[in-house]
Amino acid sequence: MEEKTTPTRYRLHLMVCAGTACVSNRSFEIKEALEKELKKQGLENEVLVVTTGCNGFCERGPLLVVQPGNIFYQQLTVKDIPYLVEEHFLKGRPVQKLMYTPPEEKKPIPVLNDIDFFKKQVLIALRNRGLIDPEKIEDYIARDGYRALVKALTQMTPEEIIEEIKKSGLRGRGGAGFPTGLKWEFVRLASPANGGLKYLVCNGDEGDPGAFMDRSILEADPHSVIEGMVIGAKAIGAQQGYVYIRNEYPLALKRLTLALEQAREYGLLGKDILGTGFDFDIKVARGAGAFVCGEETALLASIEGRLGEPRPRPPYPAQRGLYGQPTCINNVETWANVPVIINRGAEWFSKIGTKTSKGTKVFSLVGKINNTGLVEVPMGITLREIIFEIGGGIPGGKEFKAVQTGGPSGGCIPKEKLDLPIDYESLTEAGSMMGSGGMVVMDEDTCMVDVAKYFLSFTQDESCGKCTPCREGTKAMLDILERITKGEGTEEDLQLLEDLAVSIKETALCGLGKTAPNPVLTTLRYFRDEYLTHIRDKKCPAHVCRDLNVYTIDEKICLEVGHGCDVCRRNCASEAIIGEKNQPHRIIQEKCIKCGVCYDVCKFGAVKVD
Amino acid sequence: MEAKVSEILQRYEPEQSSIIAILQDIQEAYGYLPRETLVEVAQELNIPLSRVLSLATFFRAFSLKPKGKHPIHVCMGTACHVRGAQLVLEKFERELGIKTGETTEDFTFSLDAVRCVGCCGLAPVVMVGEEVHGKVSQMKVPGIIKKYKK
Repeated sequence: MEEKTTPTRYRLHLMVCAGTACVSNRSFEIKEALEKELKKQGLENEVLVVTTGCNGFCERGPLLVVQPGNIFYQQLTVKDIPYLVEEHFLKGRPVQKLMYTPPEEKKPIPVLNDIDFFKKQVLIALRNRGLIDPEKIEDYIARDGYRALVKALTQMTPEEIIEEIKKSGLRGRGGAGFPTGLKWEFVRLASPANGGLKYLVCNGDEGDPGAFMDRSILEADPHSVIEGMVIGAKAIGAQQGYVYIRNEYPLALKRLTLALEQAREYGLLGKDILGTGFDFDIKVARGAGAFVCGEETALLASIEGRLGEPRPRPPYPAQRGLYGQPTCINNVETWANVPVIINRGAEWFSKIGTKTSKGTKVFSLVGKINNTGLVEVPMGITLREIIFEIGGGIPGGKEFKAVQTGGPSGGCIPKEKLDLPIDYESLTEAGSMMGSGGMVVMDEDTCMVDVAKYFLSFTQDESCGKCTPCREGTKAMLDILERITKGEGTEEDLQLLEDLAVSIKETALCGLGKTAPNPVLTTLRYFRDEYLTHIRDKKCPAHVCRDLNVYTIDEKICLEVGHGCDVCRRNCASEAIIGEKNQPHRIIQEKCIKCGVCYDVCKFGAVKVD
Repeated sequence: MEAKVSEILQRYEPEQSSIIAILQDIQEAYGYLPRETLVEVAQELNIPLSRVLSLATFFRAFSLKPKGKHPIHVCMGTACHVRGAQLVLEKFERELGIKTGETTEDFTFSLDAVRCVGCCGLAPVVMVGEEVHGKVSQMKVPGIIKKYKK
């Protein structure tokens, strides 16, 4: 399809990451500085600066990858640019000090693929990550983009497409893991009511806190989602599609909207796609900040302009969905997988992964971990490999305590289960779930009772209120957890928590309510001791539950080592610290609001917490 | 004021499925949903005002009260939570003298806790308007406020 916008005459391509995290780290200023400096050195016709979607290694942003060669520069500042341009791009001497050096090592690693964070990743959904400009359809096409669409529309029947997806073993990446091909078949076979249309929806209402896979895919490679959707539409016989996208993701919205316009311009979307007589178009629906809208029936209600409240299933959306018509809903990442399966074949895809879970999964690896970022790994990889090899372990020499997967619907997995190979079944068996792909790592300073309380307060707050078990039940559980974190809990409370959890799971209307007790159940299962310490000893071992903390100042250390430096008193939020410079300081307990600032600012270790 | 609303209404088909998008545009244009605009929307789309209000109060993106010139959003996602976001939020409350969800009397700042903004690599994260501040600690809070306060 026509010419590429990146002529081969350029000697080097500088791929500047423009994902949300890097943009927050001012990567556009880096881009401008690069362009200015290249011009100054007369290199503007030899070296091209390209902005790409999320590279994944967010911790180290702003990022720059030099192609060819895959040289990886990180944590760049505008001040570094003149030197970098002169040394590397003019004189050909890569700049070591701007490269990535693993913690506790001295030698930098120049090439991206040699870095542990990238080494074990297998890229399918993120296949174009860092390699294309997401705002240029030509870049996507140059990387085999829309080839699968041509194949599906011109050489395959709908049944053949569905068969291929079924054989591949692809399952829903939104969390529940329903076989995608089977869902498509249901919608294909369903008949629309009153001569209406079938619909197809991309669920991009990524609500789990600590998860940003879908945002990254939509920002970095929106065409991969569009291509997947057109193929799906052909398979199920839909003419209208929707992408439901979170309002909090302005960059993803902008890039998707642009990509849709380009696809229409190229005849890849809209009327008579590729001259095959097939019509399909996609509208964008913006979410309005309600977590429950990630639930499919609530999402459909909200597209129709109604309250985002779920309804009982069956009937499933495959039978009666949007406007009462058969509707196929898949998650962003699922759609992004589809073109690759059509291109490379079901057999190739199904060789990756485990017996029940094929292909790869994208995770956002966050929390108490060295290499925060977005990773795509084959199913069957162990948690240990993700956290300690790709993620580089826990910062500050702290001890790993748990990893939380599945967001508010999931659970906390302890270190005894680190060698668990990841797939849908194994995570469910461990009491958690695959979920959409959030993976929050917790260390010894994380309190598991507090984590359970955090997630429950999240679901309680986001509960739409339609069904009683979710609305009232999660509130009752939250009240108990609040009591425990204040040192007012009893051992009977734990039994009550478990009883409530079981009834909510059995009786809540939708997925939000049914899974809301999971964080409590898994922490009770693996970290019961921590609950008991809160209840019996009125202590929080991680010093997170503030009502249980007592801050004191060791007057001897304060005077002899710190010479009464007075920093704690000046920073104290509630004027609870008394003492003068060169004199020992003291905390008046009645005034202390336990914000912990004194503990953080004391350089001498004089402030103690118990 | 009326012109702004009718301009927004013209962007969409006058049907119920457009309502959330319309409310979003109004929220963006005014910083909140003024009561009279909701009346106009209800009339234009021919749906009861009560239904417009139920949507306006169901979704988090909408506010019926005006917000500050610099809306502060403290991210309370999981990654931010385990890295101390609650302490940061409380520091903002103390420094601004308002509670979460409130606006300062001079309408300079409003303070809200938000769900994950997806910059987990920079946790804890605070957004002031469109600008993202990463790796925020209690100690950095006064500096951030100062930056926007003239």
